[in-house]
Amino acid sequence: MYIAFQRVMRSGWEKFVRDKSSSSAALFVMVIVMSVATMLFFLQGASSFMIVSLEESVDISTYLKNTATQEEITLLKEELESLPEVREVTYVLREEALESFVELHKEDEVILESLEIVGQNPLLASLNIKAFSVNQYIAISEFLQNKSLASIISGVDYFDRAPVINRLSTLTAGIQNAVFLITLFAGLIAILVVFNTIRLTIYSSRDEIEIMRLVGASNWFIRGPFIIQGVIVGVLATLITTLVFFPLTLFVGIKLQAFAPGFELFSYFANNLFLIVSLQLLTGIGLGVVSSLLALRRYLKV
Amino acid sequence: MIQFEKVSKIYPPNSVAVQDVSFTISQGEFISLVGKSGAGKSTLLELFLREEFPSEGRVLFQGDDVHLIKDSLVPEFRRKVGAVFQDYKLLPNKTAYENIAYIMEVMGAGEEDIVRDVSEVLEIVGLIERAHHYPAQLSGGEKQRVAIARALIHRPDVIIADEPTGNLDPYHTRDIINLLIKINELGTTIMLATHNKEVINRLGKRVITLDGGRLMRDEEKGKFMI
Repeated sequence: MYIAFQRVMRSGWEKFVRDKSSSSAALFVMVIVMSVATMLFFLQGASSFMIVSLEESVDISTYLKNTATQEEITLLKEELESLPEVREVTYVLREEALESFVELHKEDEVILESLEIVGQNPLLASLNIKAFSVNQYIAISEFLQNKSLASIISGVDYFDRAPVINRLSTLTAGIQNAVFLITLFAGLIAILVVFNTIRLTIYSSRDEIEIMRLVGASNWFIRGPFIIQGVIVGVLATLITTLVFFPLTLFVGIKLQAFAPGFELFSYFANNLFLIVSLQLLTGIGLGVVSSLLALRRYLKV
Repeated sequence: MIQFEKVSKIYPPNSVAVQDVSFTISQGEFISLVGKSGAGKSTLLELFLREEFPSEGRVLFQGDDVHLIKDSLVPEFRRKVGAVFQDYKLLPNKTAYENIAYIMEVMGAGEEDIVRDVSEVLEIVGLIERAHHYPAQLSGGEKQRVAIARALIHRPDVIIADEPTGNLDPYHTRDIINLLIKINELGTTIMLATHNKEVINRLGKRVITLDGGRLMRDEEKGKFMI
C-alpha cells in the first residue's frame, strides 16, 4: 500500500514535470482563476468597508426640551441603549452643540452675527443615536415617537433625514447584491474554465489512460498521478498568485486611495493572508482534484 | 487454456465483425490469426482482452468466462496477459525502462525485483543501451521491442500480439517474430494476429484463417492462404 502510494506520488510529479504543455496550461488557468478569486475577496472587503463607512456617516439626533431633567435624559439614554437596533448613544450638551455649530460655521459671518444678536444659546441638548444598520433607524424613530416621551423630546431629525437614509439603505443593499452577483458569476465562470481546461488535458491523455487500463493498472493507480498533478498545480498556482499579489496590492492600493479613502488594500491583503492562501489552496486543489476525477470517469470504464 | 465458443460480435445496427467463431488454444501454443483487414482478427483479440463484449457466445480463459469477471477484477485478469499492438501503445512520457517497469509497479513488485527484471528483459530485447530513451527517441522496431519487453516482463500466461510487425520493415519484422518465437519456446502461449504472408509461412505453426468474421480454416501447420 505504502509502495503503491509512493509510486503514485512519484508518477504524479513526473507527469507534472514531463507533460509540460498540459501542466503549464493548467497552471496558467489556475493562476488566473485564483487571481479572480482573490480579487473577489478584495471586492467583498472593499464593499464591506464602503458600506461600513457609509453607515458610519449616518445617525439621528433626538433634541431634548430644556425642561427635561438630567434623570429623565439618563433614563431615556439607557432605554435607547437597551434597544437591539441601537449601537451607540451619545449625549450632546447644549454647550457642546453650540461649540460644534460655531466651529462648523466659523467662515459664515451672517450666522455668527445672528448668534450674537440672539444673545443666548439657541440650541438644544440632544442624544445622537447610531444604529447597527441604516434600515434600523425607522424602528428607533418609532420608539421615540412614543407619547410618554413627548414631555422631554422636542423633535427627532429622522424625518428630515429619512430620504438620505433610505437612499443610503438602497445603495448599500445594491452594493451588497451587486458584489454577490459578481462573485457568483465570476466564480461560476472560473470553475467552468478550470473544469474545461482539466478536461482537455485529460482528453489529451486518453490514449495514455487506455494503455494503462490495457496493461492491468487499477483505476486508482491510473487516477492517482492525475490527482497528484492537480494538487501540484494547485499548490504552485497558490504560490505564484500570492507572490504576484504582494507587489500588486501595494501598487494598486496607493491608486485605490483616491476612490476608497481609508481602505488600505495591502494591509487588508497582509492581514488576511492566511485566509486568502487557505482560500486559494482550497480553490486550487479542490477544483483540480474534483475536475480530474469527474473528467477521468468517462475514460476509466472497464 | 483459451476457448472461443460460438462467439459473434455484431455492431449495431447489423455490422458483423465476428460470427459464430469457435476454437481452443492449449497452454504453450503459438497460433496465428490471419485474414484481410476487417476479417475479425483484432475483434477476437479485443474480445479476449475484455475490451469488447460478445453479442453471442463466450470466451473462456483458464476455465472462466472473461466477460463475467467483475469490473474490479478486470485489471487483475489483464495482468495475466501480455499485449503487443501495431501502434506500440507505449506511455509517451515514460522512458523505455519506465514503460517496462510500469507493469511491475502496477503489480506491486519491489524496487530490487524491478531493477533486476527490467534490466534482464531489456537485455533480451537488445535495448539495454536505449533504456533511458523516450518512445519518441526510438525507431519503430525499437518501440516494438520495448512493447514486447513490457508484455513479457511479468511472465504472463499468454501474449497477444495484434499486427506487431504492421509498421516495421522486413529486417525488424524478422527481429520481432524471432523474439516471439523465443518467448513461446520458454512456455508462453502466443496469439498473433497478422496479415503478413512471409511471417506466417516462416513460422510453420498453427494458423486460424478468418474471412468476413467467419472462421474459414484451422490448420496445425498452416500457410497463408486467403
